[in-house]
Amino acid sequence: MAVLTAERPKTAARAPKRRRRVSPVLLAFVLVPLLVEGFWVFWPALQGFYLALTNWDGVSAPAFVGFGNFAEMFSDDIFKTAALDTVIWLVLFGGLSAAGGLALATLLQRERRGVGFYRAALFTPVVFSLVATSLIWQVIYQPDGVFNKVLGALGLESWQHSWLADPKTALYAVLVPALWRQVGYVMVLYLAGLKGIDPALYEAAKLDGATAWQQFRNVTWPQLRSVNSVVLSVIIIDSLRSFDVVWSMTKGGPYHSSELLSTYMYATAFQSLRLGYASALAVVIFVLAFGVIVTYLVRAFREDS
Amino acid sequence: MKPRTFGFHLVAGGLAVLWLLPILLVLTTSVRSFPDIASNGLGALPSSFTLDGFGQAWGEGGGGHAMLNSLLVTIPTVLLALLLSAAAAFALSRYAIPFRRTLILVMLSGNLLPPQILLVPVAKLAELLGIYDTLTALIVVQVGFGLGFYTFVLQGFMRSIPDEVQQAALIDGAGVVQIFWRIILPMTRPALAALGALAFTWTFNDLLWSITVLRTGSVMPVTPALLGLQGQYVSNWNVIAAGSVLAAVPTVAVFLRFQKHFISGLAIGAIK
Repeated sequence: MAVLTAERPKTAARAPKRRRRVSPVLLAFVLVPLLVEGFWVFWPALQGFYLALTNWDGVSAPAFVGFGNFAEMFSDDIFKTAALDTVIWLVLFGGLSAAGGLALATLLQRERRGVGFYRAALFTPVVFSLVATSLIWQVIYQPDGVFNKVLGALGLESWQHSWLADPKTALYAVLVPALWRQVGYVMVLYLAGLKGIDPALYEAAKLDGATAWQQFRNVTWPQLRSVNSVVLSVIIIDSLRSFDVVWSMTKGGPYHSSELLSTYMYATAFQSLRLGYASALAVVIFVLAFGVIVTYLVRAFREDS
Repeated sequence: MKPRTFGFHLVAGGLAVLWLLPILLVLTTSVRSFPDIASNGLGALPSSFTLDGFGQAWGEGGGGHAMLNSLLVTIPTVLLALLLSAAAAFALSRYAIPFRRTLILVMLSGNLLPPQILLVPVAKLAELLGIYDTLTALIVVQVGFGLGFYTFVLQGFMRSIPDEVQQAALIDGAGVVQIFWRIILPMTRPALAALGALAFTWTFNDLLWSITVLRTGSVMPVTPALLGLQGQYVSNWNVIAAGSVLAAVPTVAVFLRFQKHFISGLAIGAIK
């Protein structure tokens, strides 16, 4: 047991936290969670990287093929579609949710009458699962659904069609509910960031006669730098992880038109049972996320010190 | 009212209504009757009111059973994950564990990994251990994957607790376990509430891990069961809508109960 009896009062502010002897109980406090994570996360991850270099049907032993799976991607049209869609998804889902979230946060930043309700309304979808969200939106997108009804009422009958069944619109039709849900979340991040800005900065800017835009440009934006980097990490990681909404609305179809790398990976693994190739696809997702992961960790490391 | 204030309410109010409309639409669809939807269309104004959709989604659609599965997974997952990560965070934040910063970051990095790289090996690991297609598999995977993030957040919080509190306990002869359980853990309550609320929604709303380690319909939690409902009641939109309303009830309840903590939980990281 790490029982310290004599504590020198002078160093009490700093030193006492750092007891030199690590008791077995403390060791268990760290080791048990670490082993759980190691067993269910790090060990599988290592296997995942290895499996990416094999052909495996899940039954017979995996056959080592080196970088064969990665070479195959170059001639795989579905992979190309999925990669392109993932990039589109990153740009649109990421970009629009960041811009929309920031715009909403600035709009609803000031405490005034009714602002709590507006925030809550925009925030509500965050609580729902993406599967429930996508079912909600399928009701809207049906051929006889509200969306087409509204278009009809506006005299735009020629625009009506089944949005999720058309390869040209499926990806974007799936994107809308994803955004509907994500924008509120990004708004919360930005609201927290805006709250942390010293009001004196705005006072000073106003005294100098700055317009609303100048205040945003010269006070708000520079002050939001750290929040921006958090938002950027969150949306890139979320984009690459996006799976639920596509899987429940289109399963990547029709004709792979809304396929993301994540849905293609899942289908390759658990429907086509090509576990090696699927692992290679997962490695591609990992490589895309790698930069963000490292940046995030470096940031966390710096703040931790 | 000043024109600027009016303009603000017009824009913000309009957006709020636009954001709430889909939810309202699903609520109205869930209480319409099937013949009403079939003959008037989904986009028509409701001309019927019935709770049959809820009955079907809950009973023969298997919603009630799925809800039980979800709670059997979510509650142990949240408790276990928070307990383990609180223990790790306690040791790492308040004692001189060698390589403590490296350990914290390694744990966090596990949570940042794209889950796709883990899916195939985790499914095989569960098979190997004989827990594939059981709720146990889902619980252990969810705990393992969540630990890193929870530990990272909790250790940041625990470090801000003044050391005097712990010293007083030490003088009274309290051991490590007592200090953790009686002193530090109670003082970490706000962070635990925030993470607990978040972890509850994440686990409850999960789809990917469920369909990776589970196969049989009878063990599926709510989220994958909703997808099954969609296949089973293809154009019975009242049943499907009722199902998605039911699926949202627990997380909405948690959100309403822990509103303040929930939102501060989401904002973790942004203000640091």
